[in-house]
Amino acid sequence: MTKNSHFFLRLVSYSGLAISFLPALLVFQGMMAKETYFQLLLVGMLLWFGTAIFWIKPDDLGG
Amino acid sequence: MDSSNTPTLVERLDALYEYDREPVKEDKLYGWSTFIAMFASEHIAGTEFVLGTLLVLHGVTAFDVFAGLALGNLLAVLSWAFMCAPIAVKERLTVYWQIRKIAGPYLTVLYSGLFAIILCLLAGSMVNVSTTAVSLTMGIPSPNYAAGETVPSIPWILVAVGVGTVIAVLAVLGFERLTHFAKVVAPWMPFVFLAGAIASLPSLGVTNLSQFWDVANEKIWTGEAHEGHMQYGFWSCVGLAWLCNICQHMGMGDVTIFRYARKWQMGFCSAFGMFLGHYMAWICSGILCAAFVHTRLAAGDMSPNPTPANIAMLGAGYAGIVCVLLAGWTTANPTLYRAGLAFQVATPNWRRWIVTLIAGVVMIITACIPAVLHYLDRIVAYYGLFFMPLGAFIFIDFWLFPRLGLVQNYAERKGLLASWPAAVGWFGSFAICFLLYAKDNYESLGWINDRLPAMLAKYHADLFSQVLPAWVIAVTLYTVCSLVQQRLSPTVLSSEVQQ
Repeated sequence: MTKNSHFFLRLVSYSGLAISFLPALLVFQGMMAKETYFQLLLVGMLLWFGTAIFWIKPDDLGG
Repeated sequence: MDSSNTPTLVERLDALYEYDREPVKEDKLYGWSTFIAMFASEHIAGTEFVLGTLLVLHGVTAFDVFAGLALGNLLAVLSWAFMCAPIAVKERLTVYWQIRKIAGPYLTVLYSGLFAIILCLLAGSMVNVSTTAVSLTMGIPSPNYAAGETVPSIPWILVAVGVGTVIAVLAVLGFERLTHFAKVVAPWMPFVFLAGAIASLPSLGVTNLSQFWDVANEKIWTGEAHEGHMQYGFWSCVGLAWLCNICQHMGMGDVTIFRYARKWQMGFCSAFGMFLGHYMAWICSGILCAAFVHTRLAAGDMSPNPTPANIAMLGAGYAGIVCVLLAGWTTANPTLYRAGLAFQVATPNWRRWIVTLIAGVVMIITACIPAVLHYLDRIVAYYGLFFMPLGAFIFIDFWLFPRLGLVQNYAERKGLLASWPAAVGWFGSFAICFLLYAKDNYESLGWINDRLPAMLAKYHADLFSQVLPAWVIAVTLYTVCSLVQQRLSPTVLSSEVQQ
């Protein structure tokens, strides 16, 4: 994996985490409907899992 | 008992752990980020959806939760940092070999066999959590134990068997890839917990942060236990947070992990697991539980059932359902795998896949018992109290015995198959602490009060506050018995330590 693609994958992953959390603040403020928030959570989930699996490395602690 | 007559069972079980009997080499050590990631991923599990909910149902107050959990988790972190990690980096051996040195192989086999059973129970509770997610999407209601549904419906059992079978088969096939997947899932889950809780606050009447504390006391952690639940308080929160992983810290289970640490200070990495998983996630699941109960009561449902899936669906929709499913699955799998390993110690001739499948059957049966989730906090407490003493002996053997002039690793040096001081300390401490709790909480054991001295009869123990007494009793019995043992049998020890 090149340095650029690694950076891009991480960027998309972190965007996914942000989308998984920030809409909740808008629901709390009454600025977003809960249905829209639910859909954004699914989008955030797909972004995270679709990219993080490629750059998070396994380890072996023998546990 | 002499090692010259060592039965083949002991040799075979040693061979099972042969690959990790040597201390970890310098070039295999890991740094801070590995341990932070490991703790953060391992301690945000499906059971967090249950334990946070149970605290609400047991009627703690907001102060109990915020301050009690903070203190309990702090004590847990300090236990990892000052008790477990220093011994791990000095010895660099697994807990199996450490226990074997001080307690002998027979007690180690017994420990492993009993540990496997409790791991199956815990894996079963995790399957139960995942099953609530799958069954909700299929329109099958989960059993409401508090409302008297002690047996699930046939369709729910079939779903649990399906989920459990998938997990058991994956554990048989090897769980390395799943461990990697669990590591990927871990950073995402806290965001779902947090998002779900924040988005649920308006349904409880919180629209700005200044209202939170009042609403938290009035509608979430009300201080009144729900029907069918015992009343918990501040010390219950402290004890639960400290106890739930006591096997890993004061019980030394995580020496197996920390033997890979460069420095003992890496024990403080446990704070990421405790304060994300057992603080933030428990508080969030408590908020989700209260929001669910409040919403259902407002809708006219007089016996709401706050299962993990129900509360996650309310707070985070289908992403919440996926979170519940994965939280249960990714932690049930390694738990079952470890249960298989532990069972294999007692059955070294059996193939790994057969042992793991048998453990899987026990896990599936456990998953179909709604009482397991209902009493999960108490199961976790018993688990901690029962298995902690052997780890306490490792601590005392390492730090105190040289100062008392006692021989360390006596069972190993003398070639004993079982250390009677360890047996007395282990079973004695659990029996005393259990009876002091049970005399007031189990009707059939109420007679004990009549036979106890007045001081002990007046002592009303909370199961969760038994951590310190259990530790003190265990190490006292072990040390006194070791003094007797080594004074009665002062034979010259072999200079060759049995390996």
